Amino acid sequence: MHLVLPVVLAAVLFSIGVYGVLARRNAVLVLMSVELMLNAVNINLVAFDVWLRDSLHSGQTFALFVIALAAGEVGVGLAIVLQAFRLRATVAIDQLDDLTEPPAEPSADRPGHSEPAR
Amino acid sequence: MTAQDVVFALLGVIAIGSALLVVTTRNVVRAALWLVVTFGAVAGCYLVLTAELIAWVQVLIYLGAIVVLLLFGVMLTRAPIGPSDQLDSGNRPLALVVALATAATLVTLLLQAFHSSFVTLDRPGTAKVLGASIFRTWVLPFEILSVLLLAALIGAITLARPSVGAAGSR
Repeated sequence: MHLVLPVVLAAVLFSIGVYGVLARRNAVLVLMSVELMLNAVNINLVAFDVWLRDSLHSGQTFALFVIALAAGEVGVGLAIVLQAFRLRATVAIDQLDDLTEPPAEPSADRPGHSEPAR
Repeated sequence: MTAQDVVFALLGVIAIGSALLVVTTRNVVRAALWLVVTFGAVAGCYLVLTAELIAWVQVLIYLGAIVVLLLFGVMLTRAPIGPSDQLDSGNRPLALVVALATAATLVTLLLQAFHSSFVTLDRPGTAKVLGASIFRTWVLPFEILSVLLLAALIGAITLARPSVGAAGSR
């Protein structure tokens, strides 16, 4: 079997995941795209493990570890998304912009009140 | 072009097509269900590559757990169940350019690097060897991973408690 097939499949799936992460607005859909990218990595790991005929199967072991990490990542990610929804009533990631700089402030008094009293 | 090539290519086409639908559909629930098709096709790819333990772990964890978790996330954040135009942000053209550039670069590079490499799939199954390898050679990373999963579990519970956001309510 050609090694090109799994490797190219992984590259294309990864690029689709990149598109999803950059283009999607709903945070849950962004998490789904991240899962696509992790799957692409796993295909690479398994394909190279079979190609190199590793007697320790380190590629497949690492693929298992990546699957477990993905499970932990999606759990913590969804907890963060739910907390953001509870606090802001939205999961649109372009509206969760509390950490951005204010866009068009007059720059004369910027250094003075970088810490507004709340 | 062997039979394994043909089966793998068909599964890869299914995976790529459903992955494209995941990132382009206008319905959140359908995106999660197309994700099931993608993960199932990828599990089939693992089976063709004789990695049957990875394939069934993929079915159990990705199809069984992660997709259900994502569907819970969809429902708990009150996402629009029907079709919606609010799912894509304004930088779709930029994202398309970046993704196409990534795909073109990677596919060109990989085609040049591996165009004459072949995988011999003569070993029937690897579950027994893989289990022995995990619990002998890789047992310390395995234990560390279980600690990390426990930490992620505690972190998720702590984050998702309602009292975290309200300061001074406890």
